[in-house]
Amino acid sequence: MEHYLGIFVRAVFIENMALTFFLGMCTFIAISKKISTAFGLGVAVVVVLAITVPVNNLIFNLFLREGALAWAGFPNVDLSFLGLLSYIGVIAAMVQILEMVLDRYVPVLYNALGVFLPLITVNCAILGASLMMIDQDQTFAESVVFGLGAGVGWALAITALAGVREKLKYSDVPEGLRGLGITFISVGLISMCFMSFGGIDI
Amino acid sequence: MASQKEVLIDPIFNNNPIALQVLGICSALAVTINMATTLVMCLAVIFVCTMSNLAVSLVRNRVPTNIRIIVQMTIISSLVIVVDQVLQAVAYDISKSLSVFVGLIITNCIVMGRAEAFAMQNGPWLSALDGFGNALGYSVILIGVALVREPLGSGTLLGYEIIPTVANGGWYVPNGLLLLAPSAFFIIGLFIWAIRAWKTDQVEEPEYEIAPNGQYKEAI
Repeated sequence: MEHYLGIFVRAVFIENMALTFFLGMCTFIAISKKISTAFGLGVAVVVVLAITVPVNNLIFNLFLREGALAWAGFPNVDLSFLGLLSYIGVIAAMVQILEMVLDRYVPVLYNALGVFLPLITVNCAILGASLMMIDQDQTFAESVVFGLGAGVGWALAITALAGVREKLKYSDVPEGLRGLGITFISVGLISMCFMSFGGIDI
Repeated sequence: MASQKEVLIDPIFNNNPIALQVLGICSALAVTINMATTLVMCLAVIFVCTMSNLAVSLVRNRVPTNIRIIVQMTIISSLVIVVDQVLQAVAYDISKSLSVFVGLIITNCIVMGRAEAFAMQNGPWLSALDGFGNALGYSVILIGVALVREPLGSGTLLGYEIIPTVANGGWYVPNGLLLLAPSAFFIIGLFIWAIRAWKTDQVEEPEYEIAPNGQYKEAI
């Protein structure tokens, strides 16, 4: 149990997707002007990550890994070069299915997430988490916890940035730094704050 | 119709993908700790972006609009797989240190964004030029960031020592902050400032104008 808690805390704080690996930066910067939309996007990312990372884990272990096709009678086949194509396919399909399910059963959440759901397909944090999961060779249970943790960490970071940016509107920023420039510098400062979690070891 | 030169040169400073369009920042930050990985990453992006724009533009009239995203994704992922396999065969060390970021070119918004915004509307030659130009604009920023981070962070450039560090008997104490994540944000932020100080038309309008303080007048 402690092992899984460790993975979770590590994914949320120490190895935060957005602030230490720079994943999902494009949406991170573009959709962090208001706390409410940032939070909605954060929730959507948590949901998609918690589903796609374990699914990709299954696909990798059951089909693509070297020798994984032994159950089908092909013990020498190594399909891992097809990885990228399958992961992105899974992500695109999952997002599409999630969109339809939400539309049918939870229209409130569907309307709240709106345009962000399809955008999540091209969010690097999603693909990045899957690739890291493969890199670290996680088991299925670990991948569930990792996916959830990575999502929560990303949501936390974007909400924090949105909070900072809402206050920033009132400040008098030098001309050239206005907008994008000062946002980058604030992200840098937030990222430094998250580094203080670095020493924690569970 | 924009001229060929404009299509090629514009994205480098006037309409830079990172500094103005906010595309493809993800990978821009993580690989810039040293110059060698940065250059490899730039070459990979230039290749993928040019080829994908060319390919998407060639099939643009035959693809139904509602499945275009999937088609673009497939083209891009296939190209990235090629790059990934070539890197693993030719430069294994660099491919290891780039780790997941080669794969992440697929979701690099520059590639996808240019395919969607430009290649779907323009002919193959112009699209290839546009892809090349945008990837070049991306590379300029990346190389600029790496030029600051590697020498100041570890005293080397492309692995050669240019500032003798204390550890090697020199005088320079390396600035560890530049090897860590936050520095990349600061450097890009300052780069944007520099570009906008030079090209003042890129400055964003303030969302709020603080009203002048009227209190004193009322008191009088």
